[in-house]
Amino acid sequence: MSGILASMIDGLLIGSVYGLAAMGLSLIWGVMDVINLTHGAVIALGMFGMFILFTAFAVNAYILLLPVIAAGLLLGLVIYWFAVHWVIGRSQLSSLLSTFAVNMMIIGIGTAIWSTSPYNVNFTLRGFTVGAYTFDGNHLAAAAAAVIIGLALELFLYRTRPGKAIRAVADNREAAELMGISSTMVLALAFAIGIALAAASGALISTLFPFTILSGAGYQMKSFVVTVLAGLGKPLGALVAGILLGLLEGAVTPFIAVSWIPLIEFGLFVVVLVVFPKGIFTRATA
Amino acid sequence: MILRHPLFWLILVFAALMAFAPLRANNVSLREDLILVALAIILASNLNLMIGYTGYVNFGHIVFYGLGGYVGLYLATVRNWNLVLAALAAGFGVSLFALALGMGILRLRGAYFALATIGVLQAVQSFVANFDPWGRSTGMYVAFDAYERLGGARHALWITYFLVIGVMALSMILSLGIKISKFGLGLFAIREDEDAARVLGVNTTVFKAIIFSVSAFLPAVAGALMFYKNGMIDPSIAFEFMLSLEGIVMLMLGGKGTVVGAVLGGGLYEKLRSYLLTSPKFSNFQLVIAGGLLLLVVLFAPGGLIGWIYRIVPRARKVIE
Repeated sequence: MSGILASMIDGLLIGSVYGLAAMGLSLIWGVMDVINLTHGAVIALGMFGMFILFTAFAVNAYILLLPVIAAGLLLGLVIYWFAVHWVIGRSQLSSLLSTFAVNMMIIGIGTAIWSTSPYNVNFTLRGFTVGAYTFDGNHLAAAAAAVIIGLALELFLYRTRPGKAIRAVADNREAAELMGISSTMVLALAFAIGIALAAASGALISTLFPFTILSGAGYQMKSFVVTVLAGLGKPLGALVAGILLGLLEGAVTPFIAVSWIPLIEFGLFVVVLVVFPKGIFTRATA
Repeated sequence: MILRHPLFWLILVFAALMAFAPLRANNVSLREDLILVALAIILASNLNLMIGYTGYVNFGHIVFYGLGGYVGLYLATVRNWNLVLAALAAGFGVSLFALALGMGILRLRGAYFALATIGVLQAVQSFVANFDPWGRSTGMYVAFDAYERLGGARHALWITYFLVIGVMALSMILSLGIKISKFGLGLFAIREDEDAARVLGVNTTVFKAIIFSVSAFLPAVAGALMFYKNGMIDPSIAFEFMLSLEGIVMLMLGGKGTVVGAVLGGGLYEKLRSYLLTSPKFSNFQLVIAGGLLLLVVLFAPGGLIGWIYRIVPRARKVIE
């Protein structure tokens, strides 16, 4: 019994990082109707960003999260002007393909620089023990950071003018334009925030597990699952759904071989898509 | 009638040239190059039925190829079936699977469908990686004496080559046949506006399910042949997401929705890729160049090569479908 509990606590902690990754995807998808296929590559860049910074300045890895987020915002603006701006409003195939093209380029450059061999960020926070369970310091810190960033985004979206502008544009772009909101600037901002969230989640994951330049793909898939579970354009819902997914992983791990988990996750993903296209938090309306 | 269409005869000539070019000089390395080109054309042509004709983006098209490979290899080696029978059985089996799957996920539209296909790809891959009769994650091998029935390994490679060229020709003829048929018109109507198509009497549910299933058939046959030729299969090479995506790149490059576009894009991309992979200067940057190319096409030439030809020589529309 305590085995399941421990495994579920692990799942809960890692799930909040999944949630953070999915928030970025969900924000971009909800605001500009673009499925950002650079997501996984950016998560991988976040991992390597953390690796480079930590190798250069051996300080607490979680402080280095701030420069990673700043770099993510910049990268987001670059990708937006490079590949996304021109396909806004065109068919969905165009934005899928243009972001996928950027994904290929990032992975290609990353492979040329770092090859596909594994790296890790050699940083450990001391954990503590409650009863039979030892809380791992890194897992706790990563989960806390993910939840704090998630809540900060929610506050930003609901309490600040730029945040409200993003929600307005997501709701109705024409009406927002008529109210004097420059939708192009708002879309660029939302895209940059989405990319920064992906980079941040990558940086957090890099403190937990070894990684390669290709590691982002798996987390991108999990982000899709989480986003679809939560429904579009609900960043906080994505955080909660991420935690749920982590809990699910934790709950089934003691009973079945790990290699079956992708089948369960993606089976669930396809079923949820078909049965609850608006996410599990929205009641289906006719 | 398809027989009156000039492109039909061009396809036959093209396939005959492909078949006999390596045979004349007994050039084995040319044959190995051309079989990859043929495979690219098969994948791109059949993907075109979904993306170009019907407007549904299938990111997991490679599932059909991989499953076909598994079913074919299983029947041909474990059950000792004749290769052609095994490949056909793989085709029909995978088509049935696609039909059942399509009934479920084709209710989704646009990006939701695209995402579901990614989910299906991952789910099938992890199922096969855990499936005992198919050797779990280590996959299956073709025992060397299995080639004896085709008159030895050397002979068997030539036979599979001609079969793959045949499947390539069938893919192109299928694309052309659907394009000039009433069924094809229904698909184009779905692509342009699905609700309007339904109101005008196109049974969209049935049309979509049929084309999804049809687009699975020839890739599955090709999978059975290719993996038999390669002598082994495992889940990571059978269900390579990258290959699925490269199919989309080929299609965009050539021009989606056209028969010749899929062929041009498939052939050119495969040539470009093998050049980049073998050149010492670019081998690391194959992905970067392919990605850059895709981005340029998407942003500046959504019609692909064929769109460009149409613009320069408008009369080409009469011959090039």
